[in-house]
Amino acid sequence: FAGLADVSISQDIPVEGEITVPVGSRSPDEDFSTLDEPVKDTIMRDLKAVGKKFVHVMYPKKSSALLRDWDLWGPLVLCVSLALMLQGGSADSKDDGGPQFAEVFVIIWFGAVVITLNSKLLGGTISFFQSLCVLGYCVLPLTVGMLVCRLVLLAGSGTISFIIRLIVVVAMFAWSTLASTAFLADSQPPNRKALVVYPIFLFYFVISWMILTFTPQ
Amino acid sequence: IASLVTCLFAEFDDAANLLAANPDATTISIEEPAEIPKNQHGRLQEPGREEDDELLGTDDSDKTELLAGQKKSAPFWTFDYYQTFFDVDTYQVLDRIKGSVFPVPGKNFVRLYIRSNPDLYGPFWICATLVFTIAVSGNLSNFLIHLGRPTYHYVPEFRKVSIAATAIYAYAWLVPLALWGFLLWRNSKVMNIVSYSFLEIVCVYGYSLFVYIPTAILWIIPQKVVRWVLMMFSLCLSGSVLVMTFWPAVRDDNRRIALATVGTVVLLHALLAVGCLAYFFDAPELDFPAPIIPAHNGTTVITKSQ
Repeated sequence: FAGLADVSISQDIPVEGEITVPVGSRSPDEDFSTLDEPVKDTIMRDLKAVGKKFVHVMYPKKSSALLRDWDLWGPLVLCVSLALMLQGGSADSKDDGGPQFAEVFVIIWFGAVVITLNSKLLGGTISFFQSLCVLGYCVLPLTVGMLVCRLVLLAGSGTISFIIRLIVVVAMFAWSTLASTAFLADSQPPNRKALVVYPIFLFYFVISWMILTFTPQ
Repeated sequence: IASLVTCLFAEFDDAANLLAANPDATTISIEEPAEIPKNQHGRLQEPGREEDDELLGTDDSDKTELLAGQKKSAPFWTFDYYQTFFDVDTYQVLDRIKGSVFPVPGKNFVRLYIRSNPDLYGPFWICATLVFTIAVSGNLSNFLIHLGRPTYHYVPEFRKVSIAATAIYAYAWLVPLALWGFLLWRNSKVMNIVSYSFLEIVCVYGYSLFVYIPTAILWIIPQKVVRWVLMMFSLCLSGSVLVMTFWPAVRDDNRRIALATVGTVVLLHALLAVGCLAYFFDAPELDFPAPIIPAHNGTTVITKSQ
């Protein structure tokens, strides 16, 4: 553009041309609007995002994908399915049965909120919903464990089935805790990591206890 | 500064006059105003360091409350205000727990460990852990006790979790509230009393409950004698923490009121332990005779379970 420095346009010469620059068949507005795409595309995009996060939880590496694009669909699906699977054990008419649907739901969500508040109050830099997202997604191993336990209970409820269930639940509990710690540990102040990890440990321990003590009627 | 330090160390040597000297310290500070800014300045530079153990142990409640007031200056509707209650590191929480499990006779828990930095992390999560420990241990112990009986069907007893949560959180937060109100009222009548803020009382109660967590786990052992010995032991430990904290606060008062206050504190603590043991853990070694089975020839046979 150095040569154009010498060019000067006198005010008598009319300048004409096109102001709008053609960018092709789609205007910039249509890139951000998803109204015109087929419904299948919309649903598949969200499902793929949820599925990708499930894979991240099952093979926990320190990736930031789970944290960056948080969503609460996965935790909702996991929480509802876990609460539904824990339902069949309270057919006892007495009050001594297992947890009801509402109790499981409240424990998971209220527990996740309290842990998030705790980590933020201790000086964590993670945002509220990102932390909820991680804690909710890391319930996935325990939900898988619950499924396995129900299948084992279909076969019988003796000592051997109890030992199998115990091993499965302990393994899934360790997996959940390690996965959530892997995602959340970096955002905590360094000399308070144990203070943040312990409530997460307690949270998954309570859920594991509910899964292990599930007895079908 | 050296003379100030030696003066403070001299006060620290005489632990019996330590807290009685607090009102005197107030009058001393009026007579020697030049030393106060240095004192506070030194305090502000190193808040809550372990090396200042002796110095802050001799501090009077006025200065620690002033420091506390300077720390918590954010208005109560901001998030930062509540963050000041969680300003503890891992080693501080572990130290406080250690101090509640191994109480040193003569050392005040609040003065030694809390030192104008009360936290809500310890009380809240110790109570949560205790709730779930009691519920899980109770359930496990009942399962093991009734294991051999053919008529026993295992139930998770999930309702007991909410009962345990209500009882323990009510104890750990409402009793300190009542005690704080009571101490405030007595403080308005009798001037020479060490006063604690509400959060410091909540802190002491919360950390003193920690010793019940291993006790609840050990209560799984289905022997009555073992359970009662464990309860006495843990009651002594946590009760002594409470007594050593609150005795200096009431001993300048009327003798009977002081004894009644400390006695009530210990009694409520004991009631909590006994209530938990009685409600969540079934009595072991109880031989329930099996139901009477009518035999074929008309005579009834009573079988006893082992």
